[in-house]
Amino acid sequence: FVKQQDKRISHFVRMSNAQSLDIPEVLKEDDRPKWDNKFQYILSCVGFAVGLGNVWRFPYLCQIYGGGIGSLMVSFIVSLYYNTILTWVMWYFLNSFQEPLPWSACPLNGNRTGHIEECHESTAVNYFWYRRALNISSDITDSGNLQWWLVLCLAICWSIVYICTIRGIESTGKAIYVTAIFPYLVLTIFLIRGLTLPGATEGLVYLFTPNLNILKNPRVWLDAATQIFFSLSLAFGGLIAFSSYNSPKNDCEKDAVTIAIVNSMTSLYASIPIFSILGFKGTTGYWDCLDRNIISIINEFDLQDQSIMRDNYTIWLEFLNTTHPKKITSLKLRSCDLQEFLEQSASGTGLAFIVFTEAIILMPGSQGWAVLFFVMLFSLGLSSMFGNIEGILTPLLELRVVSKSVPKEVLSGAICLVSFVTALCFTLRSGSYWLEVFDSYAGSLPLLIIAFFEVTGVVYVYGIKRFSDDVKWMTGRQPNFYWQVSWRIISPLLMLTVFVAFVTLQTQKQPSYGAWNPKYKDFPMKEEKDYPAWILAICVLLVVLPCIFIPMVAFYHLIKRVLGRGKKEGT
Amino acid sequence: MFCLLYFLTILVLELLIFYLSLQYAWDASEEYLFKAMVAFAMRRYSNKETTQISNVLLCNMTERVSFWFVVTDSAKNVTTVPGSEVEAAIRMNRNRINSAFLLTDNTLQFLKISSTLSPPIESSVPVWLIVFSVVLCLVVAGILFLVVSGIRQRKKESAETGDLEDKCDTPVTTENGIPCDILDLKAGQINGVYAADDERFTPL
Repeated sequence: FVKQQDKRISHFVRMSNAQSLDIPEVLKEDDRPKWDNKFQYILSCVGFAVGLGNVWRFPYLCQIYGGGIGSLMVSFIVSLYYNTILTWVMWYFLNSFQEPLPWSACPLNGNRTGHIEECHESTAVNYFWYRRALNISSDITDSGNLQWWLVLCLAICWSIVYICTIRGIESTGKAIYVTAIFPYLVLTIFLIRGLTLPGATEGLVYLFTPNLNILKNPRVWLDAATQIFFSLSLAFGGLIAFSSYNSPKNDCEKDAVTIAIVNSMTSLYASIPIFSILGFKGTTGYWDCLDRNIISIINEFDLQDQSIMRDNYTIWLEFLNTTHPKKITSLKLRSCDLQEFLEQSASGTGLAFIVFTEAIILMPGSQGWAVLFFVMLFSLGLSSMFGNIEGILTPLLELRVVSKSVPKEVLSGAICLVSFVTALCFTLRSGSYWLEVFDSYAGSLPLLIIAFFEVTGVVYVYGIKRFSDDVKWMTGRQPNFYWQVSWRIISPLLMLTVFVAFVTLQTQKQPSYGAWNPKYKDFPMKEEKDYPAWILAICVLLVVLPCIFIPMVAFYHLIKRVLGRGKKEGT
Repeated sequence: MFCLLYFLTILVLELLIFYLSLQYAWDASEEYLFKAMVAFAMRRYSNKETTQISNVLLCNMTERVSFWFVVTDSAKNVTTVPGSEVEAAIRMNRNRINSAFLLTDNTLQFLKISSTLSPPIESSVPVWLIVFSVVLCLVVAGILFLVVSGIRQRKKESAETGDLEDKCDTPVTTENGIPCDILDLKAGQINGVYAADDERFTPL
């Protein structure tokens, strides 16, 4: 009877503790912020996943504490150089308000008799990018000084990032409504405009025609796999950070599928206007080439002006070649091939700042299109920056590195300030070479490694049975056969394959970069230079540093446990 | 006949008009306009008002439209004005000649005269700096607003918690961690734990 009384008393105590829910919220210990609504969360993840990589198609790349720090490091390194790209976008945006656009014509040289030689030999667009925007040096070791205009733009970019992330997800949640939806609006506008331009169909046909020979090259599959992996912005810790602000009972399976589908659909949707505009640019270049040849022929043979048109150009050329071959060869006509012009597309910074800007000059109303395009790029990059900053902010708060009395505004301000000062190295004259280094080494391999450890850690260390039960508790159903197979076998295997292939391809040849050197004999082609040894050491450091935390922290926990056990046995 | 005379000299300037760019038909009246423009250019350049339309001779007309022209100097015994002078005169007034024919430097070509490129209009302050200062003002205003509102919110919160803590500091008797004013201290409150357990008592 007494034992049962004890049980009842403990029951009573437990019941009365349950009544503590009536105590006002402010006295509760756990005051984690929450998303205002589910749409904010989905938009944030989509905005984070949908970044610059989706528009310019270019593989730029466990809540165990080790993986958390690793992700933190990667997020920090990536946000450094990602915001530098936004700086360049900002610079172009500021310059889009002039008539005519500054990259449309070469500036005059000193005595006004001709154009500046560097511009004359390459194109006006190239000159504006390499000289007026970057003021690039000819070697990565030649640092030069800080470019003041880029420093100003960098400061503005970090200030904008600070405004949006000042209070963590409370502020990014509001900003994301604009930065995640606006790019879709602009892409639609560009789609409508692009499809009405001449030559758009050629570009689209070029995009959608599969070249089966290229598919046989394994490098293509590797690039595709890496692109999807980095495009989804996995292993940055940003997605985990965002998701941690959801309520625990959340259908994460549906969210994951939604975000992956939206991300891939966005890439496809973005490629349609991009390729119609590239088709327009290629066709215009082809027509210009033809026109120049036609003028030379008409001048040389003194023919009637409208005798040779674009469509009968080849017939005329063949005819003249048979009748006056010497004259034709003396003209030094450039061979015009539409495919060659269409293949001139670049990716990454080349696509946005060189190819696309050139296409914009050709469109009527170019200032408006330029402003629209660069604001779209800026908001795409900004929404991804939110994820990066969250990937730094949340682990710092979780790991209790800073005391709770420090307000969140100060912490995010400190992160932005430190990042700004560190990112100043990208505003040097050799900045864009350094950015390439960071992008190829820090933004690629560590992510693969961290993601691989995340998957194997959850599946094999934490146990897939426990994880499936957690998912069942959250979503209400067990993960089905597809998820089980993917988590256990397919994902780790694929990641391992991609990792091995990546490493073998990278180590096959000496890493080199293309330098913009006006004094190079083949200018405007880029000069292939090898990285000096100390830069290769930095590359290795960039890869190793984020990944080293995983074994380090595991080791630390192991030691703690062994010591703890020893203490227990000792007492 | 004149053209044959001057053909071998370097005083003849060749002109080439892109036929396709013409928004009008090229006829004798247009030729007259051209002669007038060249005469105008010579008058402006040399500042003497002696050059007449009859001083400008066109020859070797082709369909495309291209022709040669010469400027003679009636004051000096029907000699031709040196080509360099004509070149300089035309270069000075190129803009006016182009606009008279609704053409550009590319479509109205004077072979042997390379056009001096007109410098782009440079405003005293680069346009991008103006836009930059606008963006800068917006950003600074945004940061100030957010920081100030954050500080104000924190002050309000600390004032509120201060009030609540004051409330809690007044001696609130607690029973098992619950303030007594929440519990209803009516006499004879039935405790459900005990009430339901009558059946658990083993019958004696």
